[in-house]
Amino acid sequence: MAHDVDRLPPFNRWLPFLTLFNKEILRFLRVASQTLITPIITASLYLFVFGATLGDRISVLEGFSYAQFVIPGLILMGVINNSFANTASSLFMSRYLGNVVDLLVTPITPPQFIMAYTLAAMLRGLAVGCAVWAISTVFAGLPWVHPGAAIVMATLASFLFAQFGLIVAIIANDFDALSMYTNFLILPLIYLGGVFYPISILPPLWAKLSHLNPLFYLIDGFRHAILGVGDLSFVVAFGVVAAMATALFSIAALLIGKGYRLRS
Amino acid sequence: MSCLALDIRNLEKNYGGPKVVDDLTLSIEPGEIFGLLGPNGAGKSTTINMVAGVTRIGGGTISIFGYDNRRDYRTARRLTGVMHQEIVIDNFFSIERALKIHAGYFGVVDDPAWRNLLIDRLGLRPHLGKVMFKLSGGLKRRFMIAKALVHKPRLLILDEPTAGVDVELRHTLWEFVREINTQGTTILLTTHYLEEAEQMCDRIAIMHHGKLVALEKTTDLTARHGQRHLELTLKEALTVVPDTLAQFSPRLSNDGLALELTLATDSVVGEILDRVRAAGIEVVDVDTRQPHLEDIFLQLTGIGAGNGGENHGA
Repeated sequence: MAHDVDRLPPFNRWLPFLTLFNKEILRFLRVASQTLITPIITASLYLFVFGATLGDRISVLEGFSYAQFVIPGLILMGVINNSFANTASSLFMSRYLGNVVDLLVTPITPPQFIMAYTLAAMLRGLAVGCAVWAISTVFAGLPWVHPGAAIVMATLASFLFAQFGLIVAIIANDFDALSMYTNFLILPLIYLGGVFYPISILPPLWAKLSHLNPLFYLIDGFRHAILGVGDLSFVVAFGVVAAMATALFSIAALLIGKGYRLRS
Repeated sequence: MSCLALDIRNLEKNYGGPKVVDDLTLSIEPGEIFGLLGPNGAGKSTTINMVAGVTRIGGGTISIFGYDNRRDYRTARRLTGVMHQEIVIDNFFSIERALKIHAGYFGVVDDPAWRNLLIDRLGLRPHLGKVMFKLSGGLKRRFMIAKALVHKPRLLILDEPTAGVDVELRHTLWEFVREINTQGTTILLTTHYLEEAEQMCDRIAIMHHGKLVALEKTTDLTARHGQRHLELTLKEALTVVPDTLAQFSPRLSNDGLALELTLATDSVVGEILDRVRAAGIEVVDVDTRQPHLEDIFLQLTGIGAGNGGENHGA
């Protein structure tokens, strides 16, 4: 028995993970016009509209221009959308085309599987976020009051939505279902989560309802870390986001660990 | 612990309906070329997918070179290479890149010498830079064979490797399979081409409705279950076969100019020819046909070999 294993090439236990991680990066770089350039251009258009045109006429937060208010939200929007899209589209396409079996027959472990997809998605999301921030400097500078906290919040946001993307990729039955999560769930939650306005200016009922929106905690926490002010304390925002990330990671780990809809 | 290349015990699977694999027990010795045959829906692909880890095991156990493919799945999978029946490729990458990626998935550092050998032997060299979706169906199949072998598995599983491929690829494939088998790789293959199985396999298992209906050496199987046939070309067309030949299950064809008789194990051809002559039938030519796997397959499953039969999607 051992004889046959001895005859195998040497096994590097981290190589399956590194290969999948590398493959996922290559995948989104191969279609960079869709995965990187398009979201950066979209965010740039928002920046132009709110930074160079309407921004001067709107004021929502004392001591800050509207551009300064909206930029953290736009950065985070780029992070969230792209982290989600990367895992969701990549794993769903693998399921749809059937080439996910290429992974199922290998010695890759479920944690390696999850982390390879997740880290590649985080890399894409954070790369888009950095690009949006770099372009935003043309329109307005940011004070970066707590840069470490801002980085933690953006990292958590990308992690959280990478997990959500994995879950959606597994439970979605077709392309319509996949786009439904993007268009009818994530997009409204982002827009209603305080990217373009502070929740505090809403009527009390809507302000209370906004607290049910998980994206509100992410956006407010990130903005709080950058501008030093927000609707919530950073600790509360961080706590809620960390709890959500843990919950979604647990669900993704459970689904992938059991091979739900991956193994028949 | 077992030294068998593959040891399947009491394997079961159902997808919420009837069992598609039902109490299957079989084993494969290291170095064998083993054929798993059966009509569509017999449970062959489900069995192979359970061995490979693509399908969850419903019941029973599978060990690969002594490693349980659930408990020791990492080692079991390192030891196994699978060429799936369906064409499974990642359209984003070229052949060369995809082979490097697949070796990496198995934790194996890219071995350019082995990779290049596979590329050359399977005729992929002129197409290395092409992305997958630009390859023809035959080239995709060649790539899938290379992919199954790139991590140097000890057990190679080929699920209908020659389905819908041209003669050249079929020839290339079987030649290469024999070569890697002589170098120590155990082969498990399914095929609808029974002649191929007969020529390639040391032993054959036949499945039907998820159950094992035969498991023997190919030669023993054909000798034990098969019946010889006597094929006679007649001078004049016959419309009715005389009763004196009824015990040989006569079958007329070619507008009555060909008569096929089924021989019992102890039949003497000369005596049968005497009976034919005594019945007033003039014979122009005589041919005896040895039992073919196809006859046995038909006998054991009751389904025309290679005709597809019923399809349960297994």
